[in-house]
Amino acid sequence: MQTLFFLSMKEKKLIPHLFRTEFSKIVAVLCKTFGLSNIQLAEDIVSETFLIATETWGLKGIPDNPTSWLYKVAKNKTKDYFKRDRIFKEKIASELQNYIHNYECEINLSDKNISDSQLQMLFAVCNPIISAEAQITLALRILCGFGIDEISQAFLSNKETINKRLHRAKEKLRKNKVDLSFPPKSKLENRLNNVLSIIYLLFNEGYYSITSEQTLKKELCIEAMRLTYMLLENKSTNLPQTNALMALLCFHSSRFEARTNNKGELILYADQDRKDWNYELIKKGEYYLNKSAQGNVTKYHLEAGISFWHTKNNKDQNKWENILQLYNQLLQIEYSPVAALNRTYALSKANSKKEAIAEILKIGLKTNHLYHSLLAELYKDLDNNNQIKHLKMAIELVKTESEKRIIKQKLNKASR
Amino acid sequence: MMIFRNDYNPNFKPSPEQMQESIKQWQDWIGGIAAQGKFVGTNRLGFQGKTLKSNNVVTDGPYAEVKEIVGGYIIVKADNLNQAFEMANGCPILNIGGSVEVRDIMEVPK
Repeated sequence: MQTLFFLSMKEKKLIPHLFRTEFSKIVAVLCKTFGLSNIQLAEDIVSETFLIATETWGLKGIPDNPTSWLYKVAKNKTKDYFKRDRIFKEKIASELQNYIHNYECEINLSDKNISDSQLQMLFAVCNPIISAEAQITLALRILCGFGIDEISQAFLSNKETINKRLHRAKEKLRKNKVDLSFPPKSKLENRLNNVLSIIYLLFNEGYYSITSEQTLKKELCIEAMRLTYMLLENKSTNLPQTNALMALLCFHSSRFEARTNNKGELILYADQDRKDWNYELIKKGEYYLNKSAQGNVTKYHLEAGISFWHTKNNKDQNKWENILQLYNQLLQIEYSPVAALNRTYALSKANSKKEAIAEILKIGLKTNHLYHSLLAELYKDLDNNNQIKHLKMAIELVKTESEKRIIKQKLNKASR
Repeated sequence: MMIFRNDYNPNFKPSPEQMQESIKQWQDWIGGIAAQGKFVGTNRLGFQGKTLKSNNVVTDGPYAEVKEIVGGYIIVKADNLNQAFEMANGCPILNIGGSVEVRDIMEVPK
């Protein structure tokens, strides 16, 4: 986009920002009109709209209300399609019904219709007929307005793979006649649980991603929170588990800045400076956690509870005992190696290191570097030889450089 | 499946602290099994119940004639009975003089 050259810094920043926020809104509304099977057309119209914006704004400056400017152009673009493209008309004639004879069709870009369409889009995209990975990718593209570049960076993949994945996912949705609608009441809870799990994965992708792009990671986390917020805004999806997920995301995000130093290197929980925690987010987390306290206990409730206790000071005697009990419950609902290891760490804090060592030897995760890191931590001050042995094994198994650096530092200390 | 048995003692009224301690022991033990990825399901049984016998005799209580009652069970994943037996170690019922019966669940041919 050569015309970008003429824009001021402020304007250069504004366009990607608008693209991110408005892309998904307009696409959702257009799909509501055209049907989800024409999602590519909707994307094309919006992309063209942004191209026109970049060109026009580059020459004439940014209009007073850029958002409504975009809506107006998108509407006109859509109308042009209606008028111009006969093949298009024939292709989707059945789906347009009332609109077909009326070129003045109204694309409704009111706040209410935008949020309804986006919520329905969220349910359409998070559909278990496509793989979880494809659901996340599609959500990033369609609901979060991420570019293909950014998505491939987030997944440490290439553009071609991501494009193929998106294409296949859209095809599958089309073949299965998935459309924008709200799931019926009888299926709502099941479908919502799937949506929540995808948002949860999206957040984790940002929070734990191995990509070194700090801003990108943060954006993924923010998007996950925005989608959850969208669910909370709607009465029928504002359920205890949605609040629990939001609480969990708030608590985790509160430590986002404290997790890395100014070189972008990872700082472990125990070494983080509490002054860097975001206490406003912690408060919000507590608010949603309180709201979630009804009905069935889900894994989000338990994980939010664990995360809540992590915001507490180590001096709080109940802290580790509560964390241990929450992990005990969590593992009964859903086993995961990380939860098993974290539970063992909590056991060492709440009960004793000795008991934790006896337990960890039973859990058989010997090919996991975290297993050896934890075992080394448990042997610290008790058995120096074993501590060193397991730190060395952890170094053998660890995959990322930043973690390797941390373990090596520990090994140096232990070998002294 | 592990079946927990214990003497029935209607006079035993644990204090809240004792209750809490007992819950912790059970949860820590079950959590240990779950941390191995071997937990399937568990239930505690209440103290009420009736027993129906073949001659249509109904007796109150699950413990009409036996002194030991079943207090609950847990189902775990194990390759063999010995592995499950290992897991029974540390079961809190053993601390109060009870017993754990470890049984295999027969596979239903498909």
